[in-house]
Amino acid sequence: MAKMQEKRTIWYKTAINEAMLEEMERDERVFVIGEDVDIFGGVFKITKGLVEKFGNRRVRGTPISEAAFIGLAAGAAMTGLRPIVEIMYVDFALVAMDQLINQAASSCYMSGGKVRLPLVFRGQYGVGTREAAQHSRNFESWLVNTPGIKVVMPSTAYDAKGLLKSAIRDDNPVLYLENRVLYTQKEEVPRGEWLVPLGVAALRREGADITVVATGYAVHKALAAAASLAGRIDVEVVDPRTLDPLDMETILKSVEKTSALLVVQEGVVKAGFAAEVIRRVAEEGFDLLDYPPVALGAWDVPVPFSPVLEDAAIPQSEDIVRTIQEVLGKKR
Amino acid sequence: MDITKKIKIEMLRKLILIRRFEEKVKELYNQGSIIGAIHLYIGQEAVATGVCQALQADDYVFSTHRGHGHAIAKTLDVKTIMAELMGKDGGMSRGHGGSMHLFEPDKGLMGGNGIVGGGVPLSLGGAFSAQYRGTAQVSVTFFSDGAANQGTFGESLNLAALFELPVLFVCENNQYAATTPVKRSTAELNVAGRAESYGLPASRVDGNDVLAVYEAASGAVARMRAKSGPAFLECRTYRIEPHCGIIPDEREPGERESWHERDPILILRRKLEAEGSVEPKDVEAIEAQVAAQLEEAAAFGESSPWPDPEAAHNRSWVV
Repeated sequence: MAKMQEKRTIWYKTAINEAMLEEMERDERVFVIGEDVDIFGGVFKITKGLVEKFGNRRVRGTPISEAAFIGLAAGAAMTGLRPIVEIMYVDFALVAMDQLINQAASSCYMSGGKVRLPLVFRGQYGVGTREAAQHSRNFESWLVNTPGIKVVMPSTAYDAKGLLKSAIRDDNPVLYLENRVLYTQKEEVPRGEWLVPLGVAALRREGADITVVATGYAVHKALAAAASLAGRIDVEVVDPRTLDPLDMETILKSVEKTSALLVVQEGVVKAGFAAEVIRRVAEEGFDLLDYPPVALGAWDVPVPFSPVLEDAAIPQSEDIVRTIQEVLGKKR
Repeated sequence: MDITKKIKIEMLRKLILIRRFEEKVKELYNQGSIIGAIHLYIGQEAVATGVCQALQADDYVFSTHRGHGHAIAKTLDVKTIMAELMGKDGGMSRGHGGSMHLFEPDKGLMGGNGIVGGGVPLSLGGAFSAQYRGTAQVSVTFFSDGAANQGTFGESLNLAALFELPVLFVCENNQYAATTPVKRSTAELNVAGRAESYGLPASRVDGNDVLAVYEAASGAVARMRAKSGPAFLECRTYRIEPHCGIIPDEREPGERESWHERDPILILRRKLEAEGSVEPKDVEAIEAQVAAQLEEAAAFGESSPWPDPEAAHNRSWVV
């Protein structure tokens, strides 16, 4: 425990690397597979050092064949291993959606529970890096709509490590979404090992006037918005961390306190995760609300390239500030 | 290859079991106690039988939408398979999967598949597991000429060869992809040739001759157990029935009939009778035993309870 008290500063991406390294040391069945994950250490260097430590048997670089290696991982999970699949950009998983959804996410239930698929799909996503539509997809809402796979979206280095370790130990398929803008964000964390359980939200900032539920990088935008409104509007920020299963208890408790709700995501708002949170609150806590709830997300377009367009299409801190003021101006 | 009389008779019994099972399914489907999409294996029995005869219990089989024959040949569990086709709690997948999703991992049956070509990448995972653990297990993927035109086919051949995985690709070239004849779906009819171009040893056999299939599969499996990497087997056969129980299809006049002389049961039976391994009364005895077994299977399915929609495992995917 003494060791745990000792703090150090690491990147979000280092936290992910540490989680894999520790879990591979702990459990011989865990292996990593994906494009460029071996000698190169992954295009974003998230698997750096793993092949040197564990060898090519447990760290497998693949050809650019997403359907084949995602399917391979699903089959390996069905037959006793615990794969971690790196998907270079989540956009690339779209060529393997059959393997991801029809196969990996569905097989446990279709088999009446006879096969288990303990596997993690790690993929990075994000906007604001000017990479255009096919390298900027927000993928979470689709997979929340898919039964049979959990969806995790860490927004801090502490959670990145703790959630990934829990995801690797989970007996279900887990989609673990890494935000590339956060990769080089530094954060003070403990030494040693810790776990963050799946399905438990984090209260990022306490406030009395409005609940802002935000995911991934939008958590940081929401916190910036809250800071800029401080003294005028007291904003509470809830980070679900796991989108499915969703910790409704924490969200409802917050809405009970504030009676106002804004949900923010960087992905397309139409039929998305934010709308799902509002559905759940409407069904499970309608009377807690004194203000109409609002979902804030991206325009209904593929992510545009031009910085001017991309920044306009994705909710920014200023949009969150403005929307908070709008919500609170509409008391019922 | 010397195939013992015992194995030959065992295979004859499996061919008959699969055929009569499918006929029973057809009957129960028409009566309404079997429901949903049913893809019958009639005509192709020698492929599943010959290949699975070459396997051990802990070898993996990844099956297809037309998977009753694979499931029977690998597990012989006709009772739970029948109950699954009826959507019952006593079914092989507890009524969650149905005809296309038969799972019995304890006997190496890793599921059928509703997506043509969808199971091919999964089979690489079974082979990867075996290689990772250092066991002598092999993985078999069954698929059709139709699946050979999916992207997963090419991706999987390359990856299996690259990783030297012990996976046996078994193409059941049954001449039809849904209702489209292979000549109208496939530019180059030599499917095994495609595997060769990826560096796999590939052979083509008469998929209606169970002895030929067994011999080819046994050889490939033995080489794979000796770490020779993946292998490919194209079995030429013919789908007698329509694609699916509910979609009748059309054939050239006389085409279906021309395959009756190539019936896998008939071919083996004639050989065994000619060499004196069986007599007509032995075959009659097998038929009688199989009929009783299938009556029992149908009764088991009919009497099995429906799944309980309120039970937690039926409502949630979390394990």
